[in-house]
Amino acid sequence: MAGNREFAYRRLHSLLGVIPVGLFLIQHLVVNSFATRGEASFNNASNFMGGLPARIWLEIFIIYLPLLYHAVYGIYIAFTAKNNVGRYGFFRNWMFMLQRLTGIITLIFVVWHVWETRVQAAFGAHVDFNMMESILSSPFMLWFYIIGVISTTFHFSNGLWSFAVSWGITISPKSQRISTYVTLVVFVVLSVVGVRAILAFV
Amino acid sequence: MAETKTVRFVITRQDQPESAPYTEEFELAYRPNMNVISALMEIRRNPVNVKGEQTTPITWDMNCLEEVCGACSMVINGKPRQSCTALVDQLEQPIRLEPMRTFPIVRDLQVDRSRMFDSLKKVKAWIPIDGTYNLGPGPRMPERKRQWAYELSKCMTCGVCLEACPNVNSNSDFIGAAPLSQVRLFNAHPTGEMNKAERLNAIMGEGGLADCGNSQNCVQSCPKGIPLTTSIAALNRDTTLQSFRNFFGSDQV
Repeated sequence: MAGNREFAYRRLHSLLGVIPVGLFLIQHLVVNSFATRGEASFNNASNFMGGLPARIWLEIFIIYLPLLYHAVYGIYIAFTAKNNVGRYGFFRNWMFMLQRLTGIITLIFVVWHVWETRVQAAFGAHVDFNMMESILSSPFMLWFYIIGVISTTFHFSNGLWSFAVSWGITISPKSQRISTYVTLVVFVVLSVVGVRAILAFV
Repeated sequence: MAETKTVRFVITRQDQPESAPYTEEFELAYRPNMNVISALMEIRRNPVNVKGEQTTPITWDMNCLEEVCGACSMVINGKPRQSCTALVDQLEQPIRLEPMRTFPIVRDLQVDRSRMFDSLKKVKAWIPIDGTYNLGPGPRMPERKRQWAYELSKCMTCGVCLEACPNVNSNSDFIGAAPLSQVRLFNAHPTGEMNKAERLNAIMGEGGLADCGNSQNCVQSCPKGIPLTTSIAALNRDTTLQSFRNFFGSDQV
């Protein structure tokens, strides 16, 4: 299978974006939304997640390694495109461009977010409601988090659409149109869940 | 007497493959039913630009003049299409002509589409029937399927889908939609199917199917209305199965 690597790399990129990174995203947003039920409820959930057995291995294999691969290969993909929405303003071409743009925004956001929470936790900070409350008390960080979360949910939802095409699940134009609507609903729902959780800290 | 009606052209020209492009304007007397090619022929007959200067005739490719060969493709008012079917009456003026820059430029509007023909060779876009003895007639194809396959066979390798694709560019080796769709055409043929795995493995190589980013500009731009993105998605399914067969082995040959 010499010369076959690009195909395998690209398919791996597509797969990891949904399983496990996408699933982790949903889980993360759901756990975050405990914040809407008050401080104690969030701290409870956060402590539960933080206290999972073999947490560091779960993090490495379900989050860090797949995310790192998806991010690095994604940058390569983003910069091999020459976007041309000016000339070809079709819906899917816009989605194509936005998928790459939100990928980069999400990467910047996630790097900052990991630094501010996980890395600080490794230095001894305690990840809890108060930590998020103090981060989000700055209006700049609040907007940064809102944009970051919406960019992430867009990238995931639109990525689900292209996942279905890339693996040959949706072939016909009609099936692709239906999956456009389905992933649009996913985008709206996840965005609402994510942004509501952020606003619960304010 | 009223002024005579004219047609104005802004043409991107380039003297040599490596030299810098420049634009030159031309104004021609209007004739009914003009198309871009007849206008270019008019300029060739009397190569004088809008400033009244004598210039060189414009170079472009053409052959069939009925939108089946694909040779006369160029970017007309920002859209890649065939100049033979670009009717002056239907175009906004000034009419801007540019070469399809995705391809190496030979001169003016003439480009070298060799990469597309190389891709067709790479993906084995043919049905091997040659041998040392007569193999007899091949299996029959259902009429419904023949009609379906005919749509895919309309591809004229014009290059419009490559020009429109954001992933076909100097940073990538992506072969583009046209040769991929040909793989689907030949894999669908009852005799061509015998070499299905070979073609699928070819498009699973460098610059192949995986480089598609689903911008779907190709299907929107194809002058023949070929369902290119359906072909790509169908091939995605076929290559998914093929990759499993390659990796795990299969009881099918």
